Amino acid sequence: MATTLETSPLLQSRLPSGPIETAWDRARFEMKLVNPANKRKYSIIVVGTGLAGGSAAATLAELGYQVKCFCFQDSPRRAHSIAAQGGINAAKNYQNDGDSIYRLFYDTVKGGDFRAREANVYRLAQISVNIIDQCVAQGVPFAREYGGVLDNRSFGGAQVSRTFYARGQTGQQLLLGAYQALERQIGLGQVQMYPRTEMLDLIVIDGRARGIVTRNLITGQIEVHLADAVVLGTGGYGNVFYLSTNAKGSNCTAIWRAYKRGALFGNPCFTQIHPTCIPVSGDYQSKLTLMSESLRNDGRIWVPRRKGDMRPPNQIPEEERDYYLEERYPSFGNLVPRDVASRAAKAVCDGGRGVGPHGLGVYLDFSDAIRRLGEKTIRERYGNLFEMYELITGDNPYQVPMRIYPAIHYTMGGLWVDYHLMSTIPGLFVIGEANFSDHGANRLGASALMQGLADGYFILPYTMGDYLASAKLDKVSVDHPACKEAAGAVQERIKRLLSIQGKRTVDSFHRELGKLLWDECGMARNARGLRQALARIPEIREEFWRNVNVLGGNEELNQSLEKAGRVADYFELAELMCLDALERDESCGGHFREEHQTPEGEAQRDDERFCFVSAWQYTGEGKQPALHREPLEFHYVKPSQRSYK
Amino acid sequence: MRLILHVWRQKSPNDEGRMVRYETNHADPHMSFLEMLDVLNEELISNGEEPIAFDHDCREGICGSCGFMINGKAHGGHPGTTVCQLHMRHFKDGDELYLEPWRAKAFPVLKDLVVDRSAFDRIIAAGGFISVRTGSAPDGNDILVPKEAADRAMDAAQCIGCGACVASCPNASASLFVGAKISHLGSLPQGKPEQEIRAMRMVAQMNEELFGTCTNLGECEATCPKHIPLEVIARMNRDYLAASWKHR
Repeated sequence: MATTLETSPLLQSRLPSGPIETAWDRARFEMKLVNPANKRKYSIIVVGTGLAGGSAAATLAELGYQVKCFCFQDSPRRAHSIAAQGGINAAKNYQNDGDSIYRLFYDTVKGGDFRAREANVYRLAQISVNIIDQCVAQGVPFAREYGGVLDNRSFGGAQVSRTFYARGQTGQQLLLGAYQALERQIGLGQVQMYPRTEMLDLIVIDGRARGIVTRNLITGQIEVHLADAVVLGTGGYGNVFYLSTNAKGSNCTAIWRAYKRGALFGNPCFTQIHPTCIPVSGDYQSKLTLMSESLRNDGRIWVPRRKGDMRPPNQIPEEERDYYLEERYPSFGNLVPRDVASRAAKAVCDGGRGVGPHGLGVYLDFSDAIRRLGEKTIRERYGNLFEMYELITGDNPYQVPMRIYPAIHYTMGGLWVDYHLMSTIPGLFVIGEANFSDHGANRLGASALMQGLADGYFILPYTMGDYLASAKLDKVSVDHPACKEAAGAVQERIKRLLSIQGKRTVDSFHRELGKLLWDECGMARNARGLRQALARIPEIREEFWRNVNVLGGNEELNQSLEKAGRVADYFELAELMCLDALERDESCGGHFREEHQTPEGEAQRDDERFCFVSAWQYTGEGKQPALHREPLEFHYVKPSQRSYK
Repeated sequence: MRLILHVWRQKSPNDEGRMVRYETNHADPHMSFLEMLDVLNEELISNGEEPIAFDHDCREGICGSCGFMINGKAHGGHPGTTVCQLHMRHFKDGDELYLEPWRAKAFPVLKDLVVDRSAFDRIIAAGGFISVRTGSAPDGNDILVPKEAADRAMDAAQCIGCGACVASCPNASASLFVGAKISHLGSLPQGKPEQEIRAMRMVAQMNEELFGTCTNLGECEATCPKHIPLEVIARMNRDYLAASWKHR
């Protein structure tokens, strides 16, 4: 493909050359190693204890590095990876159904709508098989067949069964595996664990990441922690929308602080809307609950054919139901990728055929599957999900169809990293959802767990060694001016938030921002709306800093203060997201610009102009960030219009 | 809906703490219990009163962060339900509710309804794992696991570490929590090599953390939001007994 784009000199992606199949092997061989006896002389900070951070901290400690690990939750076991339900992909081809590393690679590049790096994705597909082995050995109770071998299911966007699962709690079980490995290292004294501790700034000395500033969430104490390298596995920023499937505490502060210290932010507008969530029930709604995509394997999605049909679902005869995904996409049916399924749901609801009290919902119906397979089988596959649905809605999905609607779920964007998972700040590594790297403009189901664990168990431990072995790192102390400056700035900001004593609560601002972002930078975006949002966000932010009310003090457990700091960062991030969405004048994957669609309403890419990663550089308070581009090249999977028909 | 709430307020670990009465008229049957508290907290902040602190995160019953006593019942006492999944439709207009933190010596109160459950982490660190280095694993299908064993392991592995079992036990015993991990790992062939040492170490740590002894009352099983069965405690006792016999 002809491209005239030049790579920004800031973005040295260190992609390996030569055949993709052996690229990672060659890259590993070329990496410098740290002598086993010397590893204990290096210290590494890992922030976040989800699949990425937890697995990285455990593995680095096993190798012999001294690890300090931080999480804001009361225990590393509670990181939000725990909530992932459906499964984890791996190219094992245990089902003999034609899967291969190349096919997983192909599906992921295509699913990401050709906005991810081929080399990264290929490596991910290769490593996927090791992850399953590792997790099995740790005692993750994956589903089994009667003969004792591992069971698989198929998942959105794939035509093979390559998803491994532990009932509807795969994320929980994988995370507990990583958590137990981490606790083992804590018990051995290789990891110092700091729970209920939030990172509030990054310390950069001589151009290298050398530490973090933290707040102890119980005592309010501000502390400086120094190390030879810093790893952020702090997850995504979906909560910028206020309502999302993320845990309430999930936040962007760690990556945003790193951005403001010079790390470039990749593709901030690439957010994923998940098609199967429980619809909003009222103004008080505090979060949205996901119903695993695996439900689409056996559930059929439909709405009434007639607008405003208020009959209960079981009274609507078969011929008056519109199974719109099955009709429109006969080969993938209900298993089309998330972005496609979400937009289709929005379209039928916008057309007045949505179901439920607010008309923002579609049915996900299991009656056919129950008739075909029996209730017992369905219970075995999805029992806990059905239970969860009933707890929340009061409806029993064995008897009445579920109602679902799309919600913000995952952010493909994140800090820009090279092939070594290092950001533009040397010594700052970013792993898992916090980086931008492997999913392009849309992530396929069951790929997030795969990426988090690939980064933490199998990639970072190598690339970290290469960095430490080649970097010349001077000793640094907490008396360094950079430490004092960063800690001082954190204290200043806290003081400022506490001194405003205005009239509005933190949540009220967060809701207002979230609503605006959902309307203008959500499932569908257009230039006019994005410009309006860009004008409006600074106004709300200005009011926030003038009129927010944060009660209590710093030297105590103060949940309002924690939230206030995070929301202040969301305001800035929201602006960058809108700017990126406006700048990317094409549709791709989850980024749907209404101006760019095919006659059938599918996302229309513009590979001539936008086949690149947008990486934004902070240039100072109140200044427009600078856009850097990393062109993407496709040597193996030829970019084409995605078709799931 | 109108509700009268009596909530444990305690500013810090050393503060004495007391019950404080609140009234709210803004509860709605479709809200979750925590959303009702969110709304109450918004009201409190608007009146210049500090909001009630409570742990919570995923709000879908899996992270195990949330949990407190409602009228003396952990998580409110509905089967298979964490407090974040408990909906207000289970209550009626005019109800009077008493909210208290988990009470156990091993779970000191940090603030209001927030307690310190790090004792659980220390028990896992003592032995709740399979020692396998990254990269040293055989192929996943080299280890065959009968479906029944995998299912049994999964039943126990569902524990979310919320602490409801401890809070509801008159002895503040952590046996259900510890037994769940011992059963999960011990049901699988991968967990066999360390089965005995695991039981020895975890039980020793449990005692060191000042959790009480199990006297088979079964309150833990009745209250567990993940239906962890009481039999995991029998399993723990069996493994522990066998191990102590051998390692005398």
